Amino acid sequence: MKEESGNYQPYSYFQLMEVSLRELLVEKGIVTDAQVAEEVEAMRKRTPAVGAGVVAKAWTDPGFKARLLADGTLGCIELGIEVAALKLVVVENTPDVHNVVVCTLCSCYPRMLLGIPPEWYKSRNYRSRTVREPREVLSEFGLQLNEQMKIRVHDSTADMRYLVLPMRPAETDGWSEERLASIVTRDCMIGVAVPKSH
Amino acid sequence: MGGLPAGKVEPTEHDYGEWERRVDALMVLLSGGKGGKRLMTVDELRKNIEALPPDAYDRMGYYDRWVTSITQIMIQRGVITTEELGLKMAEIENRGQSPISAKAS
Amino acid sequence: MKSGSAPDFPRFKPGDVVRVRKAYPLGHIRTPFYIRGHSGVIERICGTFGNPEELAQQRSGEPKQPLYRVRFQQKDVWPGYKGNPGDVLEVEIFQHWLE
Repeated sequence: MKEESGNYQPYSYFQLMEVSLRELLVEKGIVTDAQVAEEVEAMRKRTPAVGAGVVAKAWTDPGFKARLLADGTLGCIELGIEVAALKLVVVENTPDVHNVVVCTLCSCYPRMLLGIPPEWYKSRNYRSRTVREPREVLSEFGLQLNEQMKIRVHDSTADMRYLVLPMRPAETDGWSEERLASIVTRDCMIGVAVPKSH
Repeated sequence: MGGLPAGKVEPTEHDYGEWERRVDALMVLLSGGKGGKRLMTVDELRKNIEALPPDAYDRMGYYDRWVTSITQIMIQRGVITTEELGLKMAEIENRGQSPISAKAS
Repeated sequence: MKSGSAPDFPRFKPGDVVRVRKAYPLGHIRTPFYIRGHSGVIERICGTFGNPEELAQQRSGEPKQPLYRVRFQQKDVWPGYKGNPGDVLEVEIFQHWLE
């Protein structure tokens, strides 16, 4: 909700809860407003561009790709990405296997690499159906997979977080890492889309 | 809810408001991240979300559920009391938006 | 196997066939309902982590539990599954839910 100065809207019940909780915690010395503001800014900097950089690096550096697939967390650390408690598993799309990620229990997501999850990732419909009818769900995102393609669904139920390493499109020879990263969308790294070179 | 019948996936997006981002930040700090004191676990967050009434999923937004859960945990752990929270909510409602929260919103 | 007192070393290795316990206790449980009672193959050992059933109740989560990624065949999990017969589903499951 956006408020203009001089045109305040009343708080919703839950906004009122947020302000109240936060003020109580600040009064008790448990958090400071500065800490909250700092974390808000840190989270704002975590966007799918971070994940796209990891993918583009893997596409251009086979040694890095091998290390990333062996241990996603170490791969991120190697690129200087702050991972905190992230335990990352990178799953690779191939001509035979397409990977897609869901969390049926809540909304586990590689936030350090992709930011806050999109609304639909947390929706009942996505969470209920992706484990059972992945092909139908993907087609609702406009991704039609051929019948020979095997789908591997990852239900992110506990401590690991998943990033899909999409296939590099064929027509991208000679592209810079930066240009490659520009075609790697958030949805490609969740597995509900594939990168397109045009 | 995995495997239960459900409708078509609408690829909806939502631009998170500042208060929602602050709820997210509180969760990180209270879980012991970023120099915060560890006063909750993500499993408690989930448990208290699961404990919401069955229609909460349709009726409440994502961060509505989070702020409710985090507040419940702080009460359960004795960090704040129900009475303090009630008084604070009334105070803020009477105050209207404080300059700080108006600026930060 | 008792989760409260079990040692935290992995009992299974990649390739082992395991069955998810078919049990419906109360509490906070990270084993999805839909996979309970189904058999799959250990894909990898993820490490050991605090037991979420304990962590959710303001306790320490000790002893830590080995966590596995278990691969299930979709056609085994869902009666009448319509996709490619080679489609799979991978789920993280803590050791005390496996037998």
